[in-house]
Amino acid sequence: MASYALRRIALAIPTLLVVLTIVFCLVRFAPGDPATAALGPDASADAIAAARQRMGLTEPLLRQYASYLGGLAHGDLGRSLISGRPIAADLFASLPHTIELTLAALLIGLATGLPLALWAAMRRNEWPDYLGRIVSLVGLSFPAFHLGILMILLFSIKLHWLPITGAGAFDDPVDNLRHLVLPAVSLGLVGTAYVARVARSTVLKVKEEDFIRAVRAKGLRPSQVTYRHTLRSALIPVTSLLGVFSITLLGSAVTTELVFARPGIGRMLVQATLERDYNVIQSVMSVVAVMVVLVNLGTDLAYGFLDPRVRHAR
Amino acid sequence: MPDETSLAVATLSRPGMGPVGPARPPWSRRRAAVRAFTRNRLSLIGLGLAALLAIVALAAPLLAPDDPIKQAVTERLAAPSGQHWFGTDNFGRDIFSRVLYGTRISLLVGLSSVLLGGVIGSLLGLIAGFRGGWTERCIMQVMDVLLAFPDLITGLVVMAVLGGGLRNLIIAIAISIVPRFARFAHAPTLSERQKDYVTAAEALGASDRRIMLRHVRPNISGELLVLASLWIATAIRIEANLSFVGLGVAPPTATWGQMIRDGLVYIQAAPLFSLVPGLAVFVTVLAFNLLGDGLSDAFDPRRPQ
Repeated sequence: MASYALRRIALAIPTLLVVLTIVFCLVRFAPGDPATAALGPDASADAIAAARQRMGLTEPLLRQYASYLGGLAHGDLGRSLISGRPIAADLFASLPHTIELTLAALLIGLATGLPLALWAAMRRNEWPDYLGRIVSLVGLSFPAFHLGILMILLFSIKLHWLPITGAGAFDDPVDNLRHLVLPAVSLGLVGTAYVARVARSTVLKVKEEDFIRAVRAKGLRPSQVTYRHTLRSALIPVTSLLGVFSITLLGSAVTTELVFARPGIGRMLVQATLERDYNVIQSVMSVVAVMVVLVNLGTDLAYGFLDPRVRHAR
Repeated sequence: MPDETSLAVATLSRPGMGPVGPARPPWSRRRAAVRAFTRNRLSLIGLGLAALLAIVALAAPLLAPDDPIKQAVTERLAAPSGQHWFGTDNFGRDIFSRVLYGTRISLLVGLSSVLLGGVIGSLLGLIAGFRGGWTERCIMQVMDVLLAFPDLITGLVVMAVLGGGLRNLIIAIAISIVPRFARFAHAPTLSERQKDYVTAAEALGASDRRIMLRHVRPNISGELLVLASLWIATAIRIEANLSFVGLGVAPPTATWGQMIRDGLVYIQAAPLFSLVPGLAVFVTVLAFNLLGDGLSDAFDPRRPQ
């Protein structure tokens, strides 16, 4: 296991470098100058030159690349071109809100999607299966932000149960949770559909494997076949689903944060995109890249831990 | 297998004809797939809804009771009435008419981004699988990186770099679609490449480009078409998300995402302002999901039924 883990970690580093390089190039080779884009077409030549200086765009490309990676390693992400505030501070203030939202939605999606999928797969072509399929079709087609708006209308405006917007401070757990419920549920329920669909087909595939027929022929009770053999081996591929799922949620969190006006990196990215603040875009994208690579690494490690065949494969 | 090779050679020697034997599924199989599709009630509902949406998009000027961009400041946020079925928005524009017109952008962006991303992605996958070596490693590495990012975030960043507008919106969505098709086209190309008809074509001196486009492509395009039908729904969803975020087609053109966003401010006074376009997104995405699911169930023998 240790050598498998080391190999995976060693593979993740070049991947991360490739991603970071793509992010760097995207910003540098964007049509139109980032400084002009940030300041608008009416800015004076002096202001643009000053902005270029501030962004370090006048330095040689390799030097910029080195200082970008160096800054990233030290947690120094430069300053916003619009507000002039240090980006790292803003980013680390909003990142916990996004992680909190994504994790809560992940839990909700798994807690509802997995049982639904197992139930549907075990009672195939009976009503639980039809229910599961309808839920996943509707869920997959329902934009998370639309569900969020519906829930605001019902729970915040009609019933006054929960606050409409914003996020609670982390030192006040009750307030934090009250602010988290609606966004997490609206994001998580859309995830239910995704989990239910993928997990259902995984369980169905396992049910048709030879070893299931073998344990059934051996005379095990149906419940033993289901719980000890089918579900156990179906859970391994479902682990890899976790990685994809959490990254998808991270993406959908963007619009959910906008609907609920939650401070988070999604909203930060949208704001920076609208203002064409390339420094912020580059920083947020780098953090997202690191998260994506870490999640994939974690999934790979979990997969190797659960399934010995993976770690011995060459 | 001399028989198969001679068949392939015979096929090749007929100018203007695609490969017949191994290329197309036998008629009976295709007919079975069509029957499977038409027997599935859900896919027929999807087909019907998609056709209806296409008609709405084409006939929007005939169907809409009002001009979608004509402002009437005195009628701001009017309640639903006989004249304005779903009321009016913050500029006094008829919400129903704007939702009808929004179908145009939604379908246009959905279809064209899948077409663009699908063609480029399939070609990249085809080239990677056929050429192998460094070409394959480079292409697939970049595709894997693109694939790792959530499609909405890819779209956002591409829009940030390229700027707004319809054309860039289509490109941005196409870029997040490219790696899925590349991946999907790559695997079957690898196995097709080993087959005798490719060897035969090579022996006859056909160029790589000719073999890829005239011989391998027809063998994988069926699966790619099914994939495309599934991705239209996703493309429409991404378009709604990007417009919602404020990066779609510029106002005053009616787009559903933009309407939902604008309506959010007036959610207490005029809830239909956001809810009706939101429902339109849902119905459209559902229609194409049903259609795509039906097609892939019917045409992909490996999928569990």
